Amino acid sequence: MKRRTLLGGTVAVAMLGLTSGAVAQQPPIKIGMSMAQTGGLAGGGKASLLGIEVWRDDVNAKGGLLGRKVELVVYDDKSSASETPAIYSKLLDVDKVDILFAPYATVPTAPLMPLVKQRGMLLMGNFSFQVNSKVGHDMWFNNAPWGPADSWASSFLDLGQKAGGKTIALLAADQEFAQNLAKTAREVATRLGMKIVFDQAYPPSTVEFSGILRALKAAKPDIVYVASYPPDSAGILRGVNEIGIGDSVKLFGGGMVGLQFGAVMENLGSLLNGVVNYNTWLPEPKMYNEGTKAFFETYTKRAVEAKVDPLGYYLAPYGYANGQMIEQAIKAVGSLDQKALAKYLRENTHKTIVGSITFAADGEWKESGVVQAQFRGIADKNIEQFRSPGKQVILFPEKLKSGDLISPFEAARK
Amino acid sequence: MFSFELLLDAVVIGVLLGCFYAAVSLGLSVSFGLLDVPHVAHPAFLVLASYAVFFLNEHYGVDPLLAGLLITPIFFLFGLVAYRLYYETFERRGSDAGVRGIAFFFGIAFIIEVLIILQFGVDQRSVTATYVGKAWRIGDMRIPFRLVVAFGVAAALTILLTLYLSRTYMGRAIRAVAQDQEALRLMGANPIWIKQWAFGIATAVLGIAGALLIIVAPVEPTLDRTYIGRTFCVVVMAGLGSMSGTLVAAIILGVAETIVLTLFGASWAPAISFAMLLGVLAVRPQGLFGRLS
Repeated sequence: MKRRTLLGGTVAVAMLGLTSGAVAQQPPIKIGMSMAQTGGLAGGGKASLLGIEVWRDDVNAKGGLLGRKVELVVYDDKSSASETPAIYSKLLDVDKVDILFAPYATVPTAPLMPLVKQRGMLLMGNFSFQVNSKVGHDMWFNNAPWGPADSWASSFLDLGQKAGGKTIALLAADQEFAQNLAKTAREVATRLGMKIVFDQAYPPSTVEFSGILRALKAAKPDIVYVASYPPDSAGILRGVNEIGIGDSVKLFGGGMVGLQFGAVMENLGSLLNGVVNYNTWLPEPKMYNEGTKAFFETYTKRAVEAKVDPLGYYLAPYGYANGQMIEQAIKAVGSLDQKALAKYLRENTHKTIVGSITFAADGEWKESGVVQAQFRGIADKNIEQFRSPGKQVILFPEKLKSGDLISPFEAARK
Repeated sequence: MFSFELLLDAVVIGVLLGCFYAAVSLGLSVSFGLLDVPHVAHPAFLVLASYAVFFLNEHYGVDPLLAGLLITPIFFLFGLVAYRLYYETFERRGSDAGVRGIAFFFGIAFIIEVLIILQFGVDQRSVTATYVGKAWRIGDMRIPFRLVVAFGVAAALTILLTLYLSRTYMGRAIRAVAQDQEALRLMGANPIWIKQWAFGIATAVLGIAGALLIIVAPVEPTLDRTYIGRTFCVVVMAGLGSMSGTLVAAIILGVAETIVLTLFGASWAPAISFAMLLGVLAVRPQGLFGRLS
């Protein structure tokens, strides 16, 4: 009897061991993506990836998804559009990933849209603008809060019109993202009956903006809408400070990428004052949701070690939100079936640290979550100041508003 | 859109911008123009110098121009080592040294880029100084101080390098080695050491040029890619090895770019440098100030 008990116990322990071994040996759920770690988009790419990594660690600490750990497979796309199609082919055919996250930004994402659609894969977008408008992939879900295509420009031009603006100058980088912004700004300006008095695209390699800003100033616009990437945004603002932009300008800014990144903001300091620019998350009281504070506590610690944007407001919480959305979808569906996951994401509202997200048919946010904020009272070389409310006063949307526009631009700069 | 004021403004800004282009190209004019070294890592060295200037400015409050001067001896030594490595590994070995040399310098550029990213991260960096962010007002015209600084430094560097190459023993030796290395060897000089010294000078100049780079605009680790085309364009257009030619060619490029940018549409500006380069090579293959061999 004793022997039988011992044998039974041994078998039971062995079985338990085998079972738990089987759980432990379950392959991880692989989430694949390319992300700019070098090149002009690397500042944003690194912060975005850190946001996703914080989510991965949180979800793995809770036991993973479907009893499996979550693993990220990440390649550097060097901020280049030509790199991403090959990277995503490798992710699908060699790495055999289960879920795809898009790279940061419009330019690297646009060329991989046809591939993803052809393969019938779900793609969680990552701050690109209108990349699905022509492709029409029904399994695309963008984490960026842009919403309807024209919301970005219309929120800015509405503010300009309310400040008495009747003419507009457009200055946009000669690349896909900025040109998409400029296109919608032209359409909105026409709809609002505004006259476009200056419309220029500048090459991304432009070193010095003094000449082009002189020409812009000569056109005497009421509103200046700028669509620029990080290296150019700093050059343009520095030029504006030196050359001046004229007393006619009531509103300046709009679509300047880079003015959301800690290092750029710290470098520009007081040059930012008066600029009204689009943004996503800001440390204003109404922008906190469940988990936001905890996320930033973790992010801030890890950002220092990783030499990544110490603030991380712009992209990082939306990277985390991408993880939260796919987590909710996988838990609800109970599998990694791409069509079922897409159906769930399309038909439900998702609670995230950046608020509740519902998708429209095109995979963009049903309701725009973009904010327009004005820089106020910024001092030079002090990154900590940006952690306090009141430095970027939210002017739009109404539900998040934390102050009124100061205009004209020259007055707002003082 | 055309007006005389805008044209005048474009010409003035163009001259200043051209001087800046000259300052960042002078080192290449020595290394590539005189020594025939395919130095494609030149803009990467330049960015590295900018980060060194940033470090001194950020942590010790050193003025960027002074910081540029302080790092000059270190860059001189760096140049000596880089050339000796290039020579021992590639140039000494024979006929395909040119192609392999390009690969060598591309490799160095890549290593520099990665090292900068590891040390400073990928964010943009800039410096603070009294002359950054302010402008000089003349009537309606406003001239950024940082471009005036670039103008002064470029002019000083050009004069110094021209004097060095024409008046000093070592400078004359550098010009001689560029023309006939074997003849120099027969006269008892060591052409390799002279070339190494010249490469050191070319790299030392980048210390100050790097300071100008970060004074004119913020830098990021991959900025070298923006400057590789412009610097080679200036040096080839000038005529290989001509210092004053480099200054003039850079000013022509700067003025042409700025006029197109201001009056005819910014999209055309990048095409200007290459159109001018092709035009010069078609009409005068030796460059504007180069001599026929």
